Amino acid sequence: MTGDAVIKVEDLHTGFGDHLVHDGLNLEVRKGEVLGVVGGSGTGKSVLLHCIIGLKKPWSGCIEVLGQRVLDLEPPERSALEARWGVLFQDGALFSSLTVAQNIQVPLKEHLNLNQRLMDEIAMIKIGLVGLPPEAGRLYPAELSGGMRKRAGLARALALDPEILFLDEPTSGLDPIGAARFDALIERLRKTLDFTVFMVTHDLDSLNAICDRIAVLADKRVVVIGDMKQMLNERHPWVLEYFHGPRARSAGLLKPGR
Amino acid sequence: MADESTSTTTVNQSQPKPAWIKLNTGGMIELGGCWTIGAAERLDKELTVIHDGTSTKYIFNLSGLERLDTAGAWLIYRTRKSLESGDTEVVLEGVKPEYGILLDEVAANDQTPPPLPHANQLLEWVAHTGEMTLDALARARDFLGFFGLVLLTLSRSVSHPARLRIVPMIHHMEKVGLNALPIVGLISFLIGVVIAYQGASQMKQFGAEVFVVNLIAVSILREIGILLAAIVIAGRSASAFTAQIGAMKVNEEIDAMRTLGLDPIEVLVLPRLLALVLAMPLLAFFADMIGLLGGGLMTWIVLDIRPDQFIERLSDAVSLWSFWIGIIKAPFFAVIIALVGCYEGFQVGGSAESVGHMTSRSVVESIFLVIVADAIFSIFFQLAGV
Ligand SMILES: Nc1ncnc2c1ncn2[C@@H]1O[C@H](COP(=O)(O)OP(=O)(O)O)[C@@H](O)[C@H]1O
Ligand SMILES: [Mg+2]
Repeated sequence: MTGDAVIKVEDLHTGFGDHLVHDGLNLEVRKGEVLGVVGGSGTGKSVLLHCIIGLKKPWSGCIEVLGQRVLDLEPPERSALEARWGVLFQDGALFSSLTVAQNIQVPLKEHLNLNQRLMDEIAMIKIGLVGLPPEAGRLYPAELSGGMRKRAGLARALALDPEILFLDEPTSGLDPIGAARFDALIERLRKTLDFTVFMVTHDLDSLNAICDRIAVLADKRVVVIGDMKQMLNERHPWVLEYFHGPRARSAGLLKPGR
Repeated sequence: MADESTSTTTVNQSQPKPAWIKLNTGGMIELGGCWTIGAAERLDKELTVIHDGTSTKYIFNLSGLERLDTAGAWLIYRTRKSLESGDTEVVLEGVKPEYGILLDEVAANDQTPPPLPHANQLLEWVAHTGEMTLDALARARDFLGFFGLVLLTLSRSVSHPARLRIVPMIHHMEKVGLNALPIVGLISFLIGVVIAYQGASQMKQFGAEVFVVNLIAVSILREIGILLAAIVIAGRSASAFTAQIGAMKVNEEIDAMRTLGLDPIEVLVLPRLLALVLAMPLLAFFADMIGLLGGGLMTWIVLDIRPDQFIERLSDAVSLWSFWIGIIKAPFFAVIIALVGCYEGFQVGGSAESVGHMTSRSVVESIFLVIVADAIFSIFFQLAGV
């Protein structure tokens, strides 16, 4: 109904065996926003992301991305849709037999027909864009640190200048300075490249710094969705504990007097 | 060209136009449409036209741009850079603020990595050969070190039998021994059949058919039974050991073990080694029996030598030593296979690809070493006169 929803999830039921993960989950992501998805460990944030990008088939429900129903797409339409989003998996998921530059060129080769020089140049730009040194392009994933692997994964996700960026815990495992840089990077890229971000995160600083809205996953569904102000006024027990706990205080969310 | 541009633009709701370039007189160049990655290949070609500089000053007017991404921005930046390096002045006009950011971003990241040092081909080849030789020597030394470490750990474990891990050992015996029976049996049976058949057709020419039994018995008991079993186990289990230990190495499980005070040699290598040492003679015995069965069956069919005659002939033809020679070799081959399999597993470094590399290496090396050891044994037994 809202014309500017790029992702629409309705009445989603998912599970493994007899273990129900999502029970009637609804979610809408608006065009151009950064949506942060939070929730306790094992509440199904990664599974939700996998459902949206079509890696896991839900039991029932409807998922629409960029106006197309992901679940009943034919392979060529699917591939065209996949070219319009980029995914950064929780641990980078780089191809270990390829160098960083080759990793970035995989989607270029798969979806487009570019000459090698142009692909090398685009890989170089993306490597710089995510803050890796130029020499990193020649390295193999095993030769990178965790933070560099995340950045390389992001560079690959950005290869096709996607309209939607899916990030699964992009700042987990980074030092606070690296995490803050990563946030700044997403913010800057969003200004320049104008994409929508669906970000699973635990990082209160990221939520505060770059997320326009926050969706809280609890009790097998999205219990609240809204901006930080709404979160702070929410009475759901998990939300209360999360946004009013000691970590929230140290992240400066709770200003005295509010 | 036409289909390339349409395929990139049909997807947007407002139907933006495909990217275009218009060259006007006086160095005025208008750019418009969607300068996105889908059109990059075509634009890359079209932009080369501008390089034949007829003008000393170019003005790029970007006000017609409907969409710009990094690839498009890069192309604009690159064209500008190459024109400016030829002493041509370039001015950008009508740049929307968001495109300005993107162009700056691209310019900031124009950093070609330093070229790799390029050496003389012959020199490189010599250096490569030398490196490979040194590497092989270093690995041989390293492998001997590993062997020593395993022996040391083994002697320590034997003096504290409580430290021997019986349950994992039984588990590995099932995997490497019991589960290999069908394939070892099948191969031995077929080889027995082949030897009998080929032997029979040769011996017939001399009227010495009955000596086929000697041929079968000696070749299978002394060499073929154990060698077949060892080669199958090298292919099955050396690879499995390398892949299991290698995957744990990639996962940092080995490091975790060390920090928890567990000795990886004791936990991972010893159970596999002992399981194989115990299972291999049994497998060799099984291969011998099935090989003889295949040979016997074939002699019955082609030469009409009945089973009871076959067995009678067998006891005349070979001494018990022929049988023992095959069985004695089994534990030695088992040690080679288990050590190579585990050693290469520990050599895995970092990536999934290295697991595959080491796995294939461990199979090749263990088969090679088994055959070398077999040759040494046969010289030794020859000298010992058995
Ligand atoms: N492949 C799988 N098989 C079985 N259960 C799974 C699988 N993947 C995830 N789960 C279960 O689904 C639930 C949600 O997992 P996940 O989405 O990974 O959690 P998180 O919110 O921490 O990302 C967990 O209870 C997990 O045990
Ligand atoms: Mg997760």
